[in-house]
This record gives sequence, structure tokens and C-alpha cells, in this order.
Amino acid sequence: MVERRPALTMLSHLILVLGVLIVAFPLYIAFVASTHTASEIVQAPMPLLPGSHFLETWSAALFGNSGGGSKAPVGQMMWISFASAMIIAVGKIAISLLSAFAIVYFRFPARNFFFWAIFVTLMLPVEVRIGPTYQVVSDLKMLNSYAGLTVPLIASATATFLFRQFFLTVPDELVEASRIDGAGPLRFFRDVLLPLSKTSIAALFVIQFIYGWNQYLWPLLVTTDESMYPVVIGIKRMISGGDAANDWNIIMATALLAMIPPALVVVLMQRWFVKGLVDAEK
Amino acid sequence: MSQQKRVVFRSRWLPWLLLAPQALVIGVFFFWPAAQALLQSLQQQDAFGLSTEWVGLANFQTLFDDASYLASFKTTAVFSLLVAVLGLAVSLLLATMANRVVRAAPVYKTLLIWPYAVAPAIAGVLWMFMFAPSIGIVSYGLQRLGIDWNHLLDADQAMALVVMAAVWKQVSYNFLFFLAGLQSIPKSLLEAAAIDGAGPWRRFWTITFPLLSPTSFFLLVINVVYAFFDTFGIIDAATHGGPGKDTAILVYKVYYDGFKALDLGGSAAQSVVLMAIVITLTVLQFRFVEKKVQY
Repeated sequence: MVERRPALTMLSHLILVLGVLIVAFPLYIAFVASTHTASEIVQAPMPLLPGSHFLETWSAALFGNSGGGSKAPVGQMMWISFASAMIIAVGKIAISLLSAFAIVYFRFPARNFFFWAIFVTLMLPVEVRIGPTYQVVSDLKMLNSYAGLTVPLIASATATFLFRQFFLTVPDELVEASRIDGAGPLRFFRDVLLPLSKTSIAALFVIQFIYGWNQYLWPLLVTTDESMYPVVIGIKRMISGGDAANDWNIIMATALLAMIPPALVVVLMQRWFVKGLVDAEK
Repeated sequence: MSQQKRVVFRSRWLPWLLLAPQALVIGVFFFWPAAQALLQSLQQQDAFGLSTEWVGLANFQTLFDDASYLASFKTTAVFSLLVAVLGLAVSLLLATMANRVVRAAPVYKTLLIWPYAVAPAIAGVLWMFMFAPSIGIVSYGLQRLGIDWNHLLDADQAMALVVMAAVWKQVSYNFLFFLAGLQSIPKSLLEAAAIDGAGPWRRFWTITFPLLSPTSFFLLVINVVYAFFDTFGIIDAATHGGPGKDTAILVYKVYYDGFKALDLGGSAAQSVVLMAIVITLTVLQFRFVEKKVQY
């Protein structure tokens, strides 16, 4: 700090604490709502302190034995979210590593073409081509399947660039050395390049896992069967009636369940998360 | 593409094999659909999908004559402007404060970044619940203060609701980048200014703020992209684009017209317009990256 100004420091803390509280407020309300019965919540004002129905509500949400609109257990939806997020994250990293390796370590006629083709996908997010992409997926009979949920989202220009950028900084001497030792390109990739890329892989994984888990528009289109809903879609389908007709306690428990895994990933892998965010924007 | 490796491997088939998975995915799920969107935007299907005819730019003409589409443009502009400006202002304030309290900064950072992990649709649900007209805790509080909150009827309130939810989710991201930007400002500059008698307020506006401008500009673009494309979940969960079509941003309208109203040609034309917007924003972003390197 440049100079000592206790009053200003106090003010800083005050503003920050206020900010933290405002940011956390929706979370607190959701938690409180999930510890009451549905009828307690719809009587305005809803209670502001946690109630005694925590276990009841959360188990009703997780195992789907509630009386409300959606019967699909959230436990199963969470599994679907988790599986698709993992497939998307791992898939993106895998195919981006391979293509970056090809683009950096080989010279072949269509190299530039592929580089630009991958680059252009940056400009084609799902949102601008939803109709025709849906058509393709439905023609390929991939609706309501893990493949439909994940494969169309697996291409990644960002990840490919990141790995390309990183590979370009790897010293050429390593290639020469492994050549002298008689290693082919695949051996070099596996034994030298992959271990060196560990940090970038971890950072990207955090970002892509969250990206996969939080997908909404795409699963909304390709899943029509309740048994294939990811949790983010499931919660939306639970809100069917008017304000008072929904089981808000279960909906809020589900909302919390839906944000716990990605939030844990962010907080526990904070270092990789920040690195991933910064790298992905380079 | 100027940088190249001096030493490369030699193989006739291996690079093709390595590129195959990515090429397959982008070919089938990116380029083919994008081309389809372009084609469909020039075609008109009859109501039963039996015949298709070329109509040239008629779809675009209809689109830009359509008052609701122009209204959606305006909605999107208002929405993204509010999200970007409010989001940047709040996170700059928080980041500046966090930068002052050096030792406690990591704690605040952890407490502020988690909303990044919340899905937009979940954020929409949370905020909608707090502001639900008859049962929401905040709308109840507002009523006690004499403000009648009903975002199901009042367009401005609906807009305020989705903006708040969108900003809430994005503050974490902006905060991280602002904090990193602030921490990279040379201490010597600030100390020199302090010795010359400039107070914290003055130092912020004459040194910190100008030096942050690359970060701010970068975040501005990112926030606009976020408001345009990543807030679909928030809007669908919180307001369904309502009341009427008052919070239906462009992406919401593409979805609605294509999948609810089943107007393929119109939806495809909207997709093409969106593509043009994305391309503009991407170019902006990349031009900026060059600048950042200098800084």
C-alpha cells in the first residue's frame, strides 16, 4: 500500500463484505427455502432462518420421491450432467491436443487450411446455428443420447490455440533429443509433450468442465426424454405452475445441488481455474 | 501463423489422422449446419415442409421490416449495455477495494469467484425466486417499501431482473481480470504520485484507471459477447422473454421462432445476422489482443 489510511482500509473491507454478502444472498435464500416445506415458503414473507426439513427436502430432491411436478430424481440428472461434462471436457482436450500436435509438429499441404477452419469455429457458437445443427443431430439419430449431448460441443478452437501456443514454446532440442533416442512422433507426444502440458491441461479442464456442466440451450433441444435431462434442464422443467403451485423447497435444493459440483471445482482448483481463464483469452 | 518449428516430424499420413477427429466434428456440427443456415435463409418452406423455393433476400427483408425483430435488437442493445456497464462498474469497485487490502485479497477472491460456476439457467431460477411477485422475499421487502414489484407485468422490472441476474453471474469473471490488472500496475508510479501529493481518489482516476484501459476494453467486449450469447438460460428461466417480448434478446428470438413458432427461413435469416455480429465482435476482440501485447 502506498500510504496508511485506516479509514479507507475500513471502507474497503466494508464494501467488500457488503459485496460478498450480496453475492451470497441468493445462495442463502435458496438454502433456507430448501429447509422448509413447500407450503411454508409460499406464505409471504418466507422464513429467513433455516427450518427443520433439510433432510426431507434434499432426499426428496435427490431420489425423486416428492409429490410435485417432476418425478425424475435429481441424483440421476446429476449423473447425466457429470458424465456429459466429463465427456465434453476430456473430449475437447483430447482432440485439441491431437490437432495442435499435428499443426505444430508436421508440415503438410492442408496445414494452413485446417488452422483457419478451426479458427473460424470461434465465430460459430451453438446459438447462431441451432436450427440446422439440431437437424443434423436428429438425422444422425443422436437425440436423447450422450453422444447428442456432447459430441457437437466437443470441437474447441480455444483449446487448440492454447496448446498450439504452448507447443511453440517447447524447445526444439527436445524433439532432436528424442529423435536421437529413436522415438517416433507418437512416442514423443506421449512421453515428452503430454507431461509438459499437464498444467495447461488442468487449467483447461476446469474451464471446460464448467462449460459442459452449465450447458442449457443445447440440452434443451436434444433431450426430450426425462431420463436424459441434465440437472440444469431438469430444474427448469420443475417450474411448471404459478408461483404457489411449485415445490419451491425441492426446486431450491435442486438448484443448490446443481451448483455444488462446478462451484467446488472452481474453489478447490482455484489456481488452475484462474490460469485457465487467463490463458483461454490470449 | 508465422511462427513455425524448425524441427518437424515427417509423415505422410499421421497429421491427417491426428486432425481427423477435430475435422470431423467441426465439419459435421459446425460448417455443415452453418452452410445450411445460410441456404435456408435464402429459402422459404411451405407450412407443411413439402416444398422449398428460393426467395433470395426476402427473408431478410421480412426480418428487417418486422417491428418485433427491430424491437428485439433494441432489447438486446439495452440489455448488453446495462450488463456490461453495471458489471464492469461493480467489479472494478470490488477489485480496487480488494487490491487495497493486500493480505485479505485472496479470501475475498475466493468468496467472490464462485458465481462463475453457476449455470445461467440456475442463476435465472434463483433470482426469479427471490423476486417472484407473490412469494419472493425481495419482492415482499420492496412492497413494504412501497414498490410494487411484478416483473410478469412490468417490462422495465423484467429487464432489471435479468440484468441483475446476468451481472451477478459475471462479476466474478470481471473481478478476477480487474484484480490481475490492478496488481500489475507498477507500485512506483502510485508512490511517486503520492509523494507529489495526489490522494487515493486522484491517483485512481489519473493513473490506475488509464492504465487499466486495456483490461477494461477487453472486458467490455467479453461482457457484450456474454450478454448476447450466454444469457439465454437466464432469460429463459427468469422471464421467458416476457412480458410480451420485452426481454426477448436476439438469441432468445432465434430459438423461439425456430423451435416454438417453427419459422425456419426466418430463424435461419436471424442466425445469419447473429453470425455477422459474432464475426464483428471476434474481430474486435482480436484487434484488441494485438494492443494488449504492446501494453
